[in-house]
Amino acid sequence: MAILKKAYRTAISDPLMRNNPISFQVLGICSALAVTVRVDQAVIMTGAVVFVLTMSNSIVSLIRSLIPHRTRIIIQLSIIAGLVSFIDQVLQAYMYDMSKQLTVFVALIITNCIVMGRADAFAMQNSPGKSFLDGLGNGLGYGGILIMVSFFRELLGSGTLYGYQIIPNWLYENGYENLGLMVLSPGAFIVLGLIVWLQLEFTKSEDK
Amino acid sequence: MHSNSYVLVFTAIVTVILGFLLSMASSQLKVLTEENVAVDMKKNILRALDIRESEGEVWTNETVQSLYDNYIQTIILDSDGKEIKEVSIEIVDAEVDTTYFPLFTKVVNQQIEGYAIPVIGRGLWSTLYGYLALEPDAITVKGIQFYKHKETPGLGGEVEKDWFTNNFIGKKVVGENGNLVSIQVLKGKVNESSKESFHQVDGISGATMTSKGVTNFLKEDLLKYEPFFKRVREKATGAVAWQY
Repeated sequence: MAILKKAYRTAISDPLMRNNPISFQVLGICSALAVTVRVDQAVIMTGAVVFVLTMSNSIVSLIRSLIPHRTRIIIQLSIIAGLVSFIDQVLQAYMYDMSKQLTVFVALIITNCIVMGRADAFAMQNSPGKSFLDGLGNGLGYGGILIMVSFFRELLGSGTLYGYQIIPNWLYENGYENLGLMVLSPGAFIVLGLIVWLQLEFTKSEDK
Repeated sequence: MHSNSYVLVFTAIVTVILGFLLSMASSQLKVLTEENVAVDMKKNILRALDIRESEGEVWTNETVQSLYDNYIQTIILDSDGKEIKEVSIEIVDAEVDTTYFPLFTKVVNQQIEGYAIPVIGRGLWSTLYGYLALEPDAITVKGIQFYKHKETPGLGGEVEKDWFTNNFIGKKVVGENGNLVSIQVLKGKVNESSKESFHQVDGISGATMTSKGVTNFLKEDLLKYEPFFKRVREKATGAVAWQY
């Protein structure tokens, strides 16, 4: 990573861990609860959010000196909404079943505070390259948590990972049962809470 | 500070560019999306008629199409339940049509194994689209599927889930005296010991309005096909003849 200057490095590494959008800033919780029942849903959602975040950050940063201050939120929002509608259409064309499972949550990326927040707080002040990396970092930071939560929810709730059965049949025959709570939203709250706690413990010891 | 005209012009340009790009993408992907929607409808007709993927199996569009071609025969009925031969399925819109009624029959080795009808109606936020399938006796529910709706995920959206739709299987749409009673989605659980339980399924908690909507439009849609199903029932002694 020596090729990247420190400022570029932190743009991508910070949101992955210390300043994670979900587990530290507690943004984008709505979709983190909704699309983490299965790992494959979380992966597609991550892809969609990474695409929207990197693209919106880059575009906003490219035209940042042209954007009039008074209507900047509207401009940012229309760029984001355009990108989200685009990715929604791509999913409907190429992954119809997945887009049906994700229902409204793809369209709701528009209102995801992470996307708007990064566009206004970061991309409006920084170069396109840096903004791209910031978008990538935040998207992956968001997606990392999503995939982590969905890993536990799918494994404990359905006994599968990415749709493949993991818990062997003999365990079920010996009385093992899937944890139904994990499939429901409270399951996501609990897993997410534990991750936030772990993260805070981890970064605290790092700061000392 | 930018002038008002700059703000207006800039915003207009951004909007036009975005609109143009989006409509480009939309028209490019339209063919694929429309095919997916059509296949999804067919998949749901198959599922309602109890032809479904086994555990872990994924159907491609081609698989769905070939299963559909092999097992499903479509007929168009008029309001008296008589078959109309000269009308093709493409021109019938089940949502609004009041003269033509499409009926999907599952035919295996020239034996009818079930009838599916489109069921469409209002829930809480949106129109729900689905298929209700009956056994060849035209009394027992074979299956039900919803494939399009905009109800709240986790509440009304549960109508498409197996735990809800499986409850319909084996229920009776006709009462003892031969009258249509349809299926009622209850608020809460079915009391298994009551006689009514043959016509009732468990409701979805937190989705009373969706449940009510489903109850209403199931009855409405079954009524449209009642002339046809009545004749099926009268004739239903063993194998059901193909022509009516």
